[in-house]
Amino acid sequence: MHAFGQILKIETRLFLRDFGSPVTTVALPLALLLVFGLIPALRESDPQFGDLSFIQYFAPSLLVITLAMSAVNILPTVLATYRERGVLRRLATTPASPAALLAAQLVISLATILVSAALLIGVGRLAFDVPLPRRPLGFALALVLGTAALLALGLLVAAVARTTKSAQALAVPLFMAVMFFGGVYLPRFLLPDFLVRIGDYTPPGVQALLDAWTGTSPHPLHLGIMAVVAVAAGATAAKLFRWE
Amino acid sequence: MPVIEVTSLHKRYGDLVAVDDVSFTVAAGEIFGVLGPNGAGKTTTVECVAGLRVPDRGGVSVLGLDPRRDAAQLRQRVGVQLQESQLPDQLRVAEALELYASFYRDPADPAGLLDRLGLGDKRNTPYKKLSGGQKQRLSIALALVGNPSVAILDELTTGLDPQSRRDTWALIEQIRDSGVTIVLVTHFMEEAERLCDRVAVIDRGRVVALDSPAGLVSAVLPEQRVRFRPSAPVDDRLLTDLPEVIAVHRTGGQLVVTGTGDVLHSVTSVLARNQIIAADLRLEQSTLDDAFVELTGRRPAV
Repeated sequence: MHAFGQILKIETRLFLRDFGSPVTTVALPLALLLVFGLIPALRESDPQFGDLSFIQYFAPSLLVITLAMSAVNILPTVLATYRERGVLRRLATTPASPAALLAAQLVISLATILVSAALLIGVGRLAFDVPLPRRPLGFALALVLGTAALLALGLLVAAVARTTKSAQALAVPLFMAVMFFGGVYLPRFLLPDFLVRIGDYTPPGVQALLDAWTGTSPHPLHLGIMAVVAVAAGATAAKLFRWE
Repeated sequence: MPVIEVTSLHKRYGDLVAVDDVSFTVAAGEIFGVLGPNGAGKTTTVECVAGLRVPDRGGVSVLGLDPRRDAAQLRQRVGVQLQESQLPDQLRVAEALELYASFYRDPADPAGLLDRLGLGDKRNTPYKKLSGGQKQRLSIALALVGNPSVAILDELTTGLDPQSRRDTWALIEQIRDSGVTIVLVTHFMEEAERLCDRVAVIDRGRVVALDSPAGLVSAVLPEQRVRFRPSAPVDDRLLTDLPEVIAVHRTGGQLVVTGTGDVLHSVTSVLARNQIIAADLRLEQSTLDDAFVELTGRRPAV
């Protein structure tokens, strides 16, 4: 436990020291919220978004940025790099286990996602009158399952990629798909209906987040898919993962 | 009792036999060299000793413990420096050492160890900014920070410039003097000759020789050559009658006497008895390098 604590401390420092990671996972979505929030028209409710404001409608997509960056981009790249450079193998020769390093990375990803979610919800509420999630339990469930599904996919990439380069070759398209279907590149009302439907079932499940945030119970099927992806990808990753 | 005991070790990866049949023992306080051409099975052998791989057959015992069954205990007492193992770029020297120190029950003082390894002024330098020699020394420090009884060092000085290599050798001797038993994997013959008390030469997964570096050379290539310019004419028979002498040649004004054992002593004695002075006297012996080629049929990497 002592070793895990020390590893977590050092890995957190390295995460913060690598300027790009905190910027893209936490600062970027928050900055976008502030930019959009400062445009008055985007704060007004619009029938196009089911009488929500654009800000409210788009907030879950901002959270998708954090989720995608953290879970399917940074996590697999860091783990593949550590494996390629022999960091995991070296740890296996000490009384500490490389599993502790993996666990530390997961804790950092989770913490990043929680911090970003809290900031987006908090700043949205305080600065731009975006209501707090109206279904807190449903929202928490959607966030947990969506996060679990993406982290499992990130671990799967880390498991099958042998090098940093191949990890990025797999992670970048996956990352872009998650961002696209999460309505980050183009807000989803601009997408054809069938793409929006695909996005409902694509991790992390932006529709479930939006529903729970704005007052509808998240659809059980949306949540169920996330759980299935989390378990299937997680189990496959666990089976394939190698320390070296 | 030996500190490390390897008996009939066998390990294959699929169809490839990495280690066929390797046995050796390492005594306490020894610097034991594992030599061999690339792909001979050196690294796999020490990885089995370190408990990183499970042998298919054969026994390994380290400090009286089984590397698999008693893995947790052994990791406290065996320091390992792996070939091509790096650290995160942004990790600073002192951070790395303090982190690794936290894994052990009775660690060395990280600051003291850094000073000993000449990294005292690099405490806050990120790994990325270290030179090759500094990275290597940090890697050795990480292997030693747990105060191990045994240190396994794989390809210690590969990629280092000659000066760093010599500094590292001095360091290894210092570590041995503090009571650590050292297993050194290397393909530098000069390194083995300088550091190792005994070496095992491994080729194609088998031990082909096991001796002290000097013993190994004289067993494999016992011939030596004595060269000198005699101050007066020498009758060849004076020399060829000596039991140690095999042949005598002349090149210019030089005599070249080929022989074995104490050939130098017999030659100089017989010359002295005949009041002949041997000028420019030189003894040429085979090196570990030559013995290695003789044993494995391959040139060692330079």
